[in-house]
Amino acid sequence: MADAKAAKASAGVRDASASPRAAGPSQPGLLRAPLLFITVFVIASCGLIYELVAGTLASYLLGDSVMQFSTVIGVYLSAMGLGSYLSKHLHRGLAQRFVDLELAVALVGGFSAPILFQAFAHTHAFRPLLYGLVAAIGTLVGLEIPLLMRILKPQVAFKDLIAQVLTLDYIGALAASILFPVLLMPKFGLVRTCLIFGILNALVGFWSTHLLKPLLGNRRMLRVRCAAVILLLGTGLVFAQRFTLMVEEEIYADEIVYAKDTPYQRIVITHGRGSFQLFLNGGLQFASADEYRYHEALVHPAFALKPGAKRVLVCGGGDGLAVREILKHPEVEKVTLVDLDPAMTTLAAKMPLLRDLNKGSMLDRRVEVINQDAMVWLNEHRPAEGYDVAFIDFPDPHTYSVGKLYTTHFYKLLRRALRPDGVVAIQSTSPLMARKSFWCINATVEAAGFQTKPYHLSVPSFGVWGFVLASPAPFDAPVTTLTDLRYLTDGTMAAMFAFPHDMDRLPMDINRLDNQVLVHLYAQEWKRWS
Amino acid sequence: MKRRHFLAGTAALGLGCDRLRRGRRFGGEIVGPSLELGHRVRDIQLPQPTQFEDVDVVIVGGGAAGLSAAWRFEGQGFKNYQLVELEPQVGGTSRSGRNGISAFPWGAHYVPAPNRENRALVKLLKEMGAVEAFTEQGDPVFAEEALVRAPEERVYASGQWWEGLYLRAGASAEDERQYRLFFAEVDVWVAWRDREGRRAFTIPRSKCSDAPEPQALDRQSFQQWLDKKGLTSERLRWLLDYACRDDYGTRLATTSAWAGIFYFAARKLNPGEESRPIIAWPEGNGAIIDHLAKACQPRLRTGIAVSQILRVSPETIQVSAFDVKAGKALGWKAKRVIFAGPQHLAQHIIPTLWTERPEGISAFHVAPWLVANISLRERPKEVGMALAWDNVLRDSAGLGYVVATHQSYRDHGPTVLTYYYPFTGADDRAERLRLQNMDWQTCANLVLEDLRKAHPDLERNIARLDIMRWGHAMVQPRPNFLFSEALRRAKEPHQGIHFAHTDLSGLALFEEAQDHGLRAAEEILAAFGTISPSWR
Repeated sequence: MADAKAAKASAGVRDASASPRAAGPSQPGLLRAPLLFITVFVIASCGLIYELVAGTLASYLLGDSVMQFSTVIGVYLSAMGLGSYLSKHLHRGLAQRFVDLELAVALVGGFSAPILFQAFAHTHAFRPLLYGLVAAIGTLVGLEIPLLMRILKPQVAFKDLIAQVLTLDYIGALAASILFPVLLMPKFGLVRTCLIFGILNALVGFWSTHLLKPLLGNRRMLRVRCAAVILLLGTGLVFAQRFTLMVEEEIYADEIVYAKDTPYQRIVITHGRGSFQLFLNGGLQFASADEYRYHEALVHPAFALKPGAKRVLVCGGGDGLAVREILKHPEVEKVTLVDLDPAMTTLAAKMPLLRDLNKGSMLDRRVEVINQDAMVWLNEHRPAEGYDVAFIDFPDPHTYSVGKLYTTHFYKLLRRALRPDGVVAIQSTSPLMARKSFWCINATVEAAGFQTKPYHLSVPSFGVWGFVLASPAPFDAPVTTLTDLRYLTDGTMAAMFAFPHDMDRLPMDINRLDNQVLVHLYAQEWKRWS
Repeated sequence: MKRRHFLAGTAALGLGCDRLRRGRRFGGEIVGPSLELGHRVRDIQLPQPTQFEDVDVVIVGGGAAGLSAAWRFEGQGFKNYQLVELEPQVGGTSRSGRNGISAFPWGAHYVPAPNRENRALVKLLKEMGAVEAFTEQGDPVFAEEALVRAPEERVYASGQWWEGLYLRAGASAEDERQYRLFFAEVDVWVAWRDREGRRAFTIPRSKCSDAPEPQALDRQSFQQWLDKKGLTSERLRWLLDYACRDDYGTRLATTSAWAGIFYFAARKLNPGEESRPIIAWPEGNGAIIDHLAKACQPRLRTGIAVSQILRVSPETIQVSAFDVKAGKALGWKAKRVIFAGPQHLAQHIIPTLWTERPEGISAFHVAPWLVANISLRERPKEVGMALAWDNVLRDSAGLGYVVATHQSYRDHGPTVLTYYYPFTGADDRAERLRLQNMDWQTCANLVLEDLRKAHPDLERNIARLDIMRWGHAMVQPRPNFLFSEALRRAKEPHQGIHFAHTDLSGLALFEEAQDHGLRAAEEILAAFGTISPSWR
């Protein structure tokens, strides 16, 4: 079959060489046209891949995939038109131009996905950059086919040229469109797919220096350039490997836009379906779509009990979202936030994605950030004046080092830091999915000398979620709250404190520093849901 | 000339490579104890004093026993005593160190939470804040932060860390059966009482029954006892052998079955109960030492090498000593002396002891230990269960390490690992000589080669590695020793000299040191006519 094709193709070449216009523009010579047709196939695949990557990436990060694909395809195709139009302005040294063009496509296309991810995570310029890159790639890709046809024109009859180039162009596109969702995306992910096809483009450039030999002057310089581009993209591939492990990409439902190993944890931010999520060591901390429910519920009930609270302590909560809610209370004079990981609190203050969500709360002059283990800090610092309210927003007790922050000893240290009538709200995992863990936390808080009022609400990305409201002094459940919140109203506030039977209190052991029963309990309970 | 240059160059290159290959960029030293000074005392090369100060009591030795005697005197308001310690720092094998990262132990590092019967230790822990209240029944309630924080221990086996010391993963039904059987045997002894209602095993040893049944256990090795009971499970035997090495510096074959069972039975109040929880501080038992030393600070002198204790008249004991720092001899004339040092020193310092108790010293076998404190800039990466307080390697002659920052809640960043290696060979003298001949590099290699199995990247994170060579770390409870005449007689006062040391229990535990310290102090208080209820 392949032989037949080759025979047919070489027949075409013979036809071409027989024609009177066989001489090339710069130098007469026989080009290996059939092999050049293969490059058409490859560059067509590459071109479509960049388009698909851009469309997929935009719909992941911005949501509304119909809109994203539609605009990306529109910009891309019109830019291709522009490229085709511009091709007429290229006159001399077409072969060398073609090789350079391949290298340009390789670089711009190959690095498009990593550039866009970084831009999304670190700048506000994602959309302009997206359409700018799509337009650039489109223009460059639009130049490719006209240029190649002009190079081949002297050797191939026009009707054959048109037929064969366009056929391979469309078949290449088909191959790419099937490979992309079936093999490339699941196996390599967006960034690696993009880089791999960039390398493919550069290899076409390298190969072309061989195929277009009769038309090229100094091939050595061209080849050096090709090698440099391949090396650059290869380095990008190695770096991408470090940025996210392939296995990790399979764990997260959405695209990873930020990942960092700190000495304390692995921070991952994913983005998809119009929302983004923060994970610490693989555990979801919030989804931007519904975190307001969680953070309103964490913060405002305590303030309802202590209107006019001035001094606020936050343990954990390095994302700044609880602080955003705290700062809605204008009487607050000072917020002390104790979070283990400086990388997390810096990210919350500086990364546009997070800073937009937490409304720049981490940069507020009333907020003091202390990067230390909250237990070590509470043990070593005894504030002269107790805190009015405190919020405990740690990850769930999945390890001993986090579990210690849910023990009687921790809550005793916390009580020492509070005013005698201070109020604290504690995130306490799910009273539905981890009912025993939830009531173990409640019992532990009580054992440390607090009165408690547990409450719960539904946070779609988490499930039913629970908190423990506590104070060393007796108190009644809060009844009113701020008026301009999205979830909390006086009505929902009352509903949060009512527990249905399936989440009712269970008699539980106390989580002590020397037994850490909660860590085992929590692991057992969540095993059923994962 | 050229050739020499060339050789020098290659040599330098070789050294460079060696350095690179080993990747060592940290320092360290052997920090003590003063072997040379100890040996000078032994060989009596110190000048003799010409003047003697009058004092009622001299306590020789500032380890746990001597400090406990002083603590008892202070508690009685009796202050006419002088406590002297050879080393520049008190504490003996309970001493501790401190650097920019953490305080850390140099030896003993925990006590099991005492039950109410151990009144002396409960009283001490109450003073230290580790006992915060008492139940209506009078049982001590321990402060949560004084107890070892979970996770307490983990073990490294088949390439990863596992929670607990006994390896449950891969244990057969027979292993599990024998494990339960062993603890059922222990429970029999937990429940056992003699005619006078005394337990067979409790802490301190002086409260244990000396009836024939428990005594019979001492006439066999732990290994023989296990053989007789059909307890052959390799996993169980590893656990028990580890317990012997850890608490006594012995192996199954060289441990008295009495001591083997004591380790488990004395830590339980009632059959079927969990073992008593563990109390530990970042600096180990150094926290106890600091507390005791604070109480007697004005009457405590360090760097004093006592060379001779001799009764010169029925009412006068002459203590000759040498102030190491000042470089001059000094001495005391005392009515009584507490010798709170080890038995091997007693034989050299008290000349009359040899003639009266010729069998003495040869009955005592003492295990040498190597302790290393490894200061880490960052914690090593590892597989399986996360860092615990006590971290044990299953296939190792060492005992693993405890993490100094565990009790100060620090789970990230710099820490200090205290690594223990007992020399358990049957010939303890040869073992001592072996340790004495090891320099810092040899010691460091031993430690690192052991830990490398579990922590291939450990060396990269080391800031410092210091070594302590304890020639006489722990008295060994070998068979036929614990109820021997030699041990019984060693406790008896000799010519106004009273003895206090863990050697006298045959078990190197803080509680034993404390008990002997209190006993010696109370013997003297009684001799002085002070009537007071015992603290023991």
